[in-house]
Amino acid sequence: MTRKPRLHIPLPPARPGADPDFSYIDIVAAGAIGRPDPHTRIRDLSNDLIYSMVRVLDDDGVATGPWDPQLDPEQLIFGLRHMIETRLYDNHMLRMQRQGKISFYMKSRGEEAVSVAAAMALKPSDMLFPSYRVQGLQIARGRNLVDLMCQCLSNSKDMCKGRQMPVMYHWKRGNIFGISGNLTTQYPNAVGWAMAAAIKGEDDVAAAWIGEGSSAEADFHHAMTFASVYRAPVIMNIVNNQYAISTFQGTAGGEHRPFAARGPGYGVPGIRVDGNDFLAVYAVTQWAAERARLGTGPTLIELLTYRVDAHSTSDDPSRYRPKNEPEMWPYGDPVERLKTHLIKFGQWSESQHAALIEETQKQVDAEWRQALSYGTMSEGPFLDKNELFEDVYVDMPNHLILQREQMLELDDEREGH
Amino acid sequence: MPRMNMVQAINSAMDIMLTRDQNVVLIGQDIGYFGGVFRCTDGLQRKHGEHRVIDAPIAEGGIVGSAIGMGVNGLRPVAEIQFADYIYPGVDQIISQLARLRYRTAGDFFAPVTIRTPCGGGIRGGQTHSQSPEGIFTHLCGVKVVMPSNPYDAKGLLIASIEDDDPIIFFEPKRIYNGPFDGDPDKPATPWSTHPKGEVPSDYYTLPIGRADIVRAGEDVTVLCYGTMVHVCQAAADYAEVDAEIIDLRTLSPLDVPAIVQSVEKTGRCVVVHEATRFSGYGAELAATVQEECFYSLEAPVIRVTGWDTPYPHAFEWDYFPTKRRVAAALEKVLEMT
Ligand SMILES: Cc1ncc(C[n+]2csc(CCOP(=O)(O)OP(=O)(O)O)c2C)c(N)n1
Ligand SMILES: [Mg+2]
Repeated sequence: MTRKPRLHIPLPPARPGADPDFSYIDIVAAGAIGRPDPHTRIRDLSNDLIYSMVRVLDDDGVATGPWDPQLDPEQLIFGLRHMIETRLYDNHMLRMQRQGKISFYMKSRGEEAVSVAAAMALKPSDMLFPSYRVQGLQIARGRNLVDLMCQCLSNSKDMCKGRQMPVMYHWKRGNIFGISGNLTTQYPNAVGWAMAAAIKGEDDVAAAWIGEGSSAEADFHHAMTFASVYRAPVIMNIVNNQYAISTFQGTAGGEHRPFAARGPGYGVPGIRVDGNDFLAVYAVTQWAAERARLGTGPTLIELLTYRVDAHSTSDDPSRYRPKNEPEMWPYGDPVERLKTHLIKFGQWSESQHAALIEETQKQVDAEWRQALSYGTMSEGPFLDKNELFEDVYVDMPNHLILQREQMLELDDEREGH
Repeated sequence: MPRMNMVQAINSAMDIMLTRDQNVVLIGQDIGYFGGVFRCTDGLQRKHGEHRVIDAPIAEGGIVGSAIGMGVNGLRPVAEIQFADYIYPGVDQIISQLARLRYRTAGDFFAPVTIRTPCGGGIRGGQTHSQSPEGIFTHLCGVKVVMPSNPYDAKGLLIASIEDDDPIIFFEPKRIYNGPFDGDPDKPATPWSTHPKGEVPSDYYTLPIGRADIVRAGEDVTVLCYGTMVHVCQAAADYAEVDAEIIDLRTLSPLDVPAIVQSVEKTGRCVVVHEATRFSGYGAELAATVQEECFYSLEAPVIRVTGWDTPYPHAFEWDYFPTKRRVAAALEKVLEMT
């Protein structure tokens, strides 16, 4: 009767109560691998790009090796500023969720370089297809926090007109696609966008982001196949933050090979980058964008990082991982690392840093007050209720016109007509 | 008798089946160590092992497709799709394999898979955590569709579903996991412990699939509903002071037509209620069935109360959700019509 199962079940290195164990993460030195010419065909690319890792900033904050993008101090401070803005925005919105002002929130703490550096390495006309955890793309592209806040509040200035949960932003003018809650669906869309750019002979590239957990979806396969077949000018990012809600990256297939290794099977170069190294993320994105613009084809980038906070406001990570695990992540914190680098080279100081945080916090608070003036879910001004029926189609069909009347009639009754 | 909420009742059903039948396995996202995002599988991996309560990659097509393979190879898989809104990548496997395998192979192959998935709105979940896609699946030939409205039914029906050799999509209305909900979000939540159907035997029992339940007998109008709407409809009948006979369908496919016919022949009127959108929704099947089977007993047209034909919104949730006032208005209307 009793069976001896021999199915392999991936198990994480440490559960709550145990000591964190990151021995499965190999430590790669900054500057360890070469930077191939972006024209290089996939068969001539070194496997180091996948099995080692692109790192620029070493432990002392010194930029080393061929991948150093040689950014000037203004660019670095721009990056630092926007990572901090992203972090403080996240912190603020979490508090507002806890106070019941918004229904839900998702933070990106520890992953700010992934989005901010990538946005900076691309052109404003390049089209971004985000996941829900790359809010730094919006912020680095200059989005007003008020707009993001209004979306989370579903208020009268909500860009989604109340039709989406918090954080499901989009930005037409800023070339950032709308977020669907259905994971990975944006991946093939990005490829199609890039195919269209190529069909039209335009120079723009597309970039898409998913989590490592989401790479298990079939849409990943569809996207990679089409990107490869048509050599679409697209950058496919897998943000490997070690977790998909409660399951560790092994459950998504990361036990055997880095996620970057999935690229070559499709004929797409894979490249692994330290996602907490602002300079490395910038450099790798720039390299991939160059390849795309040159017509060399798509690139799959694995960004190695760590989800420091809960998956969302509905989650409690202490149920499935050691409480102190975030502190033990071997590749540090992206904000601290860039700050150290700037200070090291005399471009920045602790006091400037503290002042920036203070100033940014004031800005976030002021923007929140402004956002609230456009309404909350419980206090007006509200969106026009008629909006509920708009945008299902270009023109409202009769059955929706009728249903809208029914809804409004019910309101009239309520008000005692 | 022990008192359970719906989560505990569903957990108990799976626990019992894992214990009784070595071939029962669970697979789904976050269901193992974590116990599921709604806690329905809490403790089951610890008790029954990692090989029987399996954390899956985020791939609904993979979850359904591999569950079918396990089923073909003698197991009795219970797959969890984290939200019904995320079932779509698995729909090809459900339609093209699961539903038709028996037919296509003249009965030689089948997969006794149960797919559990939380559905429905009322939790401020917006368009990707609130959908009611049951009508997509009732349209299929070869899968049964079940949706309980209380803990007692949930346990009995889930055990029956797992034991059933036909594939079953088992929808769990998440708004009533922790307590019945009459559609009024401003009222304090009531727990299942104060509801008669929150009394759930701790042992094995089954309820028949394909059998509706008359939750309230009445003379003037038949209300056909299921899931969360069972509670909303009862509140609506009280609110409108209408002597309604409320039928909880429990199994949407195959449908308990005799129960419906018997009731409508008595009342002569019928209101159909669901959260799902209206056009081509499951309510159309119900209305058509009543029309075909009870035409000469009907004293008024059959009316539907449903979600509006838009995606499920985040704002205006209570204008979208078919609340007791909307159901009450329909009850009054159908009684005024002659
Ligand atoms: C198709 C689909 N299945 C399941 C879910 C539920 N879900 C939301 S986020 C998530 C985990 C995603 O993990 P990962 O891709 O690693 O991204 P991360 O949250 O770590 O950024 C899951 C399972 C969903 N949104 N869509
Ligand atoms: Mg992840």
